[in-house]
Amino acid sequence: MISFEIPEKLQQTYTLMTMIAENMMRPVARYFDDHEHEIPWEYINFMHDANKQMGGGGMVPASERPKKKEGEEPRKEGPRIGYQRLAVSAEVLSWGDTGLYLCSPVGLLGAAAVTATGTPEQKERFLTRFTGDKPVIDAMALTESHAGSAMPAMVRTTAVRDGDSWVLNGEKIFVTGGHKALIDTPGFVVIWATIDPSAGRAGVRPFVVEAGTPGCSVTKLEHKLGIRASDTVSIVLQDCRIPFDNILGSPEVERKTTEGFKGAMATFDASRPMVAASAMGVARATLEAVKEYLESKGIQIRYGLPRARLTNIEREVIDMEVLLRSTWLLVLKSVWMMDERKPNNLEASMSKVRAGDAVVRITQKAVEMLGPAGYSRDLLLEKWLRDAKINDLYEGTGQINRLIVARRILDYGRQELS
Amino acid sequence: MYGFEPTDEQKMLIDTVQKYATKELREAAHDADEAGGFPPEILRHGWELGVLQASVPEAYGGFGERSAVTGVLAAEELAWGDLAGAMAIMMPGAFALAVLVAGTEEQRKQWLPGIVEADWKPFVPAITEPQFDFGLDDLRTTAERQNGGYVLNGEKCMVPFADTAEAFLVFARLDDRPQAFIVPRGADGLTVGDRDYYLGLGALPTHKLQLQKVKVPTADRLGGEDGFDPAPLAAAGNTAAAALAVGMSRASYQYALAYAKDREVFDVPIAQKQSIAFGLAEMAIEIEAIRLLVWEAAWRLDAGLDAAKEAYLALTGAADMAMMVTDRAVQYLGGHGYIREHPVERWMRNGRGVALFSGLAMV
Repeated sequence: MISFEIPEKLQQTYTLMTMIAENMMRPVARYFDDHEHEIPWEYINFMHDANKQMGGGGMVPASERPKKKEGEEPRKEGPRIGYQRLAVSAEVLSWGDTGLYLCSPVGLLGAAAVTATGTPEQKERFLTRFTGDKPVIDAMALTESHAGSAMPAMVRTTAVRDGDSWVLNGEKIFVTGGHKALIDTPGFVVIWATIDPSAGRAGVRPFVVEAGTPGCSVTKLEHKLGIRASDTVSIVLQDCRIPFDNILGSPEVERKTTEGFKGAMATFDASRPMVAASAMGVARATLEAVKEYLESKGIQIRYGLPRARLTNIEREVIDMEVLLRSTWLLVLKSVWMMDERKPNNLEASMSKVRAGDAVVRITQKAVEMLGPAGYSRDLLLEKWLRDAKINDLYEGTGQINRLIVARRILDYGRQELS
Repeated sequence: MYGFEPTDEQKMLIDTVQKYATKELREAAHDADEAGGFPPEILRHGWELGVLQASVPEAYGGFGERSAVTGVLAAEELAWGDLAGAMAIMMPGAFALAVLVAGTEEQRKQWLPGIVEADWKPFVPAITEPQFDFGLDDLRTTAERQNGGYVLNGEKCMVPFADTAEAFLVFARLDDRPQAFIVPRGADGLTVGDRDYYLGLGALPTHKLQLQKVKVPTADRLGGEDGFDPAPLAAAGNTAAAALAVGMSRASYQYALAYAKDREVFDVPIAQKQSIAFGLAEMAIEIEAIRLLVWEAAWRLDAGLDAAKEAYLALTGAADMAMMVTDRAVQYLGGHGYIREHPVERWMRNGRGVALFSGLAMV
């Protein structure tokens, strides 16, 4: 059935997350933009408590979380809206502040990889910590200095089996939240490494490296254009020894299959719509701010008029609104498909492409339209322009996601289109 | 709950309409565009699909209930076949649904069975006016009260099938708001002008219509003495127009995609070049995004919610999408795209018309 009726539970998520965004994020958004690499403990601790009270969440919808222990009441069977709830949370918290949202100790990208590729035992072991005593932050490390989206085929980080352990060697860059995952909290990073360098992408597997593991060090803190409340780091693995069980997936993962690559792709199918949702939060914040500003100057947007009678400003705002709403619906559809257990590879990349375009266009237009006020650091618009751009880059650039969409619609593989 | 999948019933309807669009509309579209109209049997077959009939309750000669969502799904498929053809088939529906939604009980009983139970007959709305900044809120055609009835004066353009129309639903300004009046053909003071010719939509014959002191009894004012609220009708019209744009754009996109996989340059299909492949990807994304806006507006209409803004945004986005997609389709066919043997140039000409459609169709 085609329906746009928001489920009550999602409406509650909106309300709750908006409260958090308004009270815990917006007031400190400028401060953490000015003080890159300071840790927003107040937000992190608050979110940790809130997450515990809500029974966990993050990138792991209830339907994917570890099963409850025997004897416990089974969870009530409701409609499956887990991924929709995550997308709404990502949108609203990014409306608050994207950088802070990325510091949420609720299980983000690392948890998404565990969810997409881990066994039930591994989900239990790695995901329950998000509702433990202390806040825990997770991360995922795929990119290397020579390769980003082409990484699975070009991976240089290696994992060699040695008895009951794996020994990891290599360097990862651009790890979002890596410092908080490995140093500031007892978290973990999912590292993508090869167990057979000659096998190309077929040899790639995800491994969990926990905070405090000898041989794993954070080597560089990046200084960025935006999302400064979130850290981005390089990680060096030097004879880093982890338990055998920390390889994510079935016990037979050692076979030469493309399971590892598929795991990375499955992770992206879940994470790309979340990035898109996050982008939409920034875009919505911007559009709302623009409309409020215009209203304060006595300018009302006259919807419904023929285009020939609109002012340029009205046209710009209306175009922004078309872009924002239609893109949000794409995002919503791509997460709805996750909840419905439908393959969403195409839709995930579609929503990512358009969300990256939309948020960049909307934030840049907003800064342009408001003149000196838009450009000024007195408002958050210039910050949102800087924050926006990351959405067109991480989890696959706009170009890589166009490539994925193009291959899908043309029914092409790597041989035909690269 | 959110949902993004048509019901089984809707899928069956889409399937039926798609078959007709493929076998009849698409096949006849080129010649119809050149000749200035579709053969009557093509329109009759389209009418017999029963899309309108399924939207009208039994009491008025139909066998269903109005659903804007079902309407946009059908409209998209029809326009995939041909935009002008889709509009021609839907035109009596625009008249009928306006009467259904905004008419009095007497008006419904008087007009609907005659439209719904009969073969396709041109009952048509007369909305658009020639001024460049035409809008429903600023009609130059006026209605004035006189002797317990109304008198209409003004000029309309793009009135479909005006030369053969059974009756017109004429929109005119009354007390500073748009209202509609049913005017039978041959009414005193009504002059059907020569046929209009436009950049596109060659297969949809339209005319200018002059109204000089055309008298209309109160019983023929849509909604009776109190009239009606034009906002929901306008929203339904914008939504339908946007749905048509989605269908036509999808046709262009699919045609360009198939061509790009076939046409070679430097020994590989041009689709293997990123400049083409990425462009096609953007077309697909644009169509899908705007389609969802259309669906949302339609869903709001069905849910009885205010859909004015959503429908307006949907049509605004659809008009831009239509030009973006149809222009690219011509571009990707290169010189061949400019030749009338391929349909993409027709779709591009039709695409420019979308922005003018507001109110010409209904779901």
